[in-house]
Amino acid sequence: MSRYVRPYGDTTGDGMIQTSFTLPVPFGPKADGAALQLANKMGMDPAMVVHSHAIGADFTFFVVYGSVKHLVDLDEVRVVEREYPLLSPSEVNTTLKKLLRRKFVVVGGCIGTDAHTVGIDAILNIKGFAGEKGLEYYRELKVVNLGAQVSVPELVRRARTEKADAVLISQVVTQRDAHILNTQEMAAAFREAMGDRRPLLVAGGPRFDPLMAGELGVDRVFSRGTTPGEVASYLVHAVQEKKGVAA
Amino acid sequence: MALLDLDPTVVATARKLAARAAEPVVSIAKAHTTVAVERATLRLAGITGADSTHRAGDVPWVNRVIDTVREQCGLEHGVVLPAFHALRENNIATLTELAEATAAGQVRFTVPAGRDRDRAAKAGGTAVAKGIKTVDRNRAQRDKLVTKLGDPPQRPWIYLIVATGDIDEDVVQAQNAARAGADVIAVIRSTGQSLLDYVPEGATHHGFAGTYATQENFRIMRAALDDVSKEVGRYVRLTNYASGLCMPEIAVLAGLQRLDMMLNDSMYGILFRDINPIRTFVDQRFSRQVHARAGIIINTGEDNYLTTADAVDAAHTVTVSQLLNEHFAHEAGLPDHLLGLGHAFEINPKVPDSFRLELAHALLARELFPDAPLKWMPPTKHMTGDVFNGYLLDGFFNLAGVLTGQSILLVGMMTEAVVTPFLSDRDLALANVRYVLNAAGNLAEDFRPSPDGLIVKRAHQVLGEAVDLLERIVDDGLLNAIADGTFGLMKRPADQGKGADGVVEKADEYFNPASELLEAGE
Repeated sequence: MSRYVRPYGDTTGDGMIQTSFTLPVPFGPKADGAALQLANKMGMDPAMVVHSHAIGADFTFFVVYGSVKHLVDLDEVRVVEREYPLLSPSEVNTTLKKLLRRKFVVVGGCIGTDAHTVGIDAILNIKGFAGEKGLEYYRELKVVNLGAQVSVPELVRRARTEKADAVLISQVVTQRDAHILNTQEMAAAFREAMGDRRPLLVAGGPRFDPLMAGELGVDRVFSRGTTPGEVASYLVHAVQEKKGVAA
Repeated sequence: MALLDLDPTVVATARKLAARAAEPVVSIAKAHTTVAVERATLRLAGITGADSTHRAGDVPWVNRVIDTVREQCGLEHGVVLPAFHALRENNIATLTELAEATAAGQVRFTVPAGRDRDRAAKAGGTAVAKGIKTVDRNRAQRDKLVTKLGDPPQRPWIYLIVATGDIDEDVVQAQNAARAGADVIAVIRSTGQSLLDYVPEGATHHGFAGTYATQENFRIMRAALDDVSKEVGRYVRLTNYASGLCMPEIAVLAGLQRLDMMLNDSMYGILFRDINPIRTFVDQRFSRQVHARAGIIINTGEDNYLTTADAVDAAHTVTVSQLLNEHFAHEAGLPDHLLGLGHAFEINPKVPDSFRLELAHALLARELFPDAPLKWMPPTKHMTGDVFNGYLLDGFFNLAGVLTGQSILLVGMMTEAVVTPFLSDRDLALANVRYVLNAAGNLAEDFRPSPDGLIVKRAHQVLGEAVDLLERIVDDGLLNAIADGTFGLMKRPADQGKGADGVVEKADEYFNPASELLEAGE
C-alpha cells in the first residue's frame, strides 16, 4: 500500500467516485449546471451529472460521477481508538455470565428536577434507540429504571437494596450548571455511603462532555447520540478491568 | 381466493383459544378505571387548556381536576359525579373554570348522593354526549370527504412517516409526501411521550426524534392534509399514536380532530414500554371503544416482536398477538374493516429462502384475516448503512406486499437506522413502490404456491405453533404468560410497571356516561 492513494473506479489512480444530493433548485438545465458547480467545488473534476430528476416543483435530485483531484495521505490518518470493543448483545451476555455467574444489576434514573426521561429510557427501555435495543433486552442485565426526579438519597438507597453494580443517571434539560452540580452531589453521596464499594457511576446527557468524568466524580460520561450498545459494551469493559485488578 | 388451504377447524380453534385467553383480562378491564380513562371522559365533556402558572411547566387542567378529585373523594365512582356536582354547588359554568378554581384551592370535591347524584349524572351525561356528537360529526365528515374526493386508486395504501419535531415543518413534509403519492401520513411522536402521564398542550416545535401528539398539532395537520387532499384529488389519511400512559385521552383527541388511523396495540405498552399490564388493558379497552365510535382504523404493533425476537423462530407469536388483538378489538366494538393488524418483513436476508418464508408469513396473515386492512411493515432490523442493499431489500418487501395482497404498506427507507430520511430518500422510496406496483401490482392473479411447497407448509407450521402457544396461554393465564416473557422476550408481572398507581377498582355505583354511550354504541 503506497502512502498516497486516490479512489479506485476501474483503473488505479482514476480517482472516480459517485455521489448523490438534492439542491433546492427547480429541475432544468440551470439545476444541472448548479450540480456541476457543486461537484467541481467538492474537488470532482471532470464531473458528470449522470442523472437528475425533479422532486416537487422546487427541488432537483442528482447522481454525479467524477474524478476527485484530492489525494489521501495515509500517514496523516488519525483514528480515535475506543479503549473497549463494541460488543453485540449476545457477546455482552456471554461475557458477563462468564465473569459474574449472576446478573449484572443496573439502576438508572433522572436526578434533580429533570423530568425528561427520554435519555435514560432510550438507553434502558427495550425499545432502545437508533435501531439498538435498550439494556432491558440483555438477558444478563437486571435493569431497575427509577424514572424521573429521583432524589439522591433515594437513588443511593435503591442502589444499595438492589445491590447495583452500576448506576446510570441522566440529565437532559438543565438550567445553568444544574446537571454538573447534581451529578457531583450524586457522586459524593455514593462515596460517602459506600466508599470504595460504590457501584460504577455513569452519567449521560447532551450537555455533558465525555472528558468531564473526573471533575464530576463518576467513572464514565456519555454525551449526545450514545446508543445502548455502547453503554453495555462499556459496562462489560469496566467489569473486566475490575476483575483484572482483583486477579 | 385461498391459496394456503388452511384447515377451517384449526382456524376456528385458534380464534376460540384467543377468546378464552382474553376473557379474564376483559373482566379485569371492565372492573377497573384509570386516571387516563377519567381524563379522557372529562375531555369528551369539554375540558381544554393547561395551567401555565405551575412551576413545573404547563399542567393540563384535566390533570389538575382528576388529581384533586382523587385526593379528596377518590376515583372509584368516576370523575363525572364529583366534577359536575362541584360545578353546580359552586355555581361554575364550565369545566375549565372549575379547573382554575380547583387549582386555586376553592373547590372541595365530594361524591354526591340522592337527587344531587341524579343532577350531576344528568349534567355530566349531557356534556359527554356533546363530545361524542363531535366525534360522530367528524366521522360523517370523513365519509363525506372520501365520497367526494375518493380513496386511493390502488391497494396497498401507501403509508409514509414524517418526524421533524416541529409541527410546521411536518406540514411541509406531509403535504409534499402526499403530492408524491402518499395516501396515509403518520406523524411520529417525540421519543418518550408514551411515558408522560399527561398530554402536552398547543402547537409544539421542539420534539425529540418526533413531534408531540397534542390536540392543536392534530388540528393543524388534519387541516393541512384536507388542503392537499383537494389538490391531489384523494382523501389523504392522518395517523398518530394512541399508546402509552395517555392512550384513552389521545384516542379522544383523535376522534375530536378527525384523525383516521391510530397505532393502538393491546400489549405494546406492557412489553416495550414497561407500562403496568392492568393499566394497559383498561386504557386499551376504552381507547378502542373510542376508535370504534370514531371510525378510526387501528394499527397493531406485531412488527415490534420481530425486532426483538428472531423473525423465523417468533413468527407464531405474531399470529398469536394478531388473534388476541382481533379478539380485544371485536370485544371493544371494532369491526374487521377497522382492524389494521400488523406484521413485518424482518427475516434475516442471509437466511436461505428468506423471501419464500416472508411470503408464507404474509399470506398466512392475509388468509387468517381476509377482511382486515393489514398493515405491512418494512425491514428495519437488517437494514445497515449499506443503502444500496437496503434499497434492494425494500424492493423485495414491496413485492411481497403486492403479491400477498397487503392493505396498508409502510414505505421502507433505505436510510433506515442511518439518518432521518432525506427528501430524496423518501422520493426514491416512493419510486421503488411505484415501480413494483406498476410492474407486478396484479401478479397475485398468477401466483399459486404449490400445495406441497415450502410456502404452504411453512404457513401451516406457523399456524400450528400459534395454536400450541395459545393453548399454553389459556392454561397459564394471559397475565402470567406476559409475566413469564412469552411475547418479545420481555417479562412483565401484572403488579409492576409504570402507571400502576393510576389504576382504580370501580365501586358498584361507578358512573361514566362515556363508557355507557360507547358500550351501547348509541
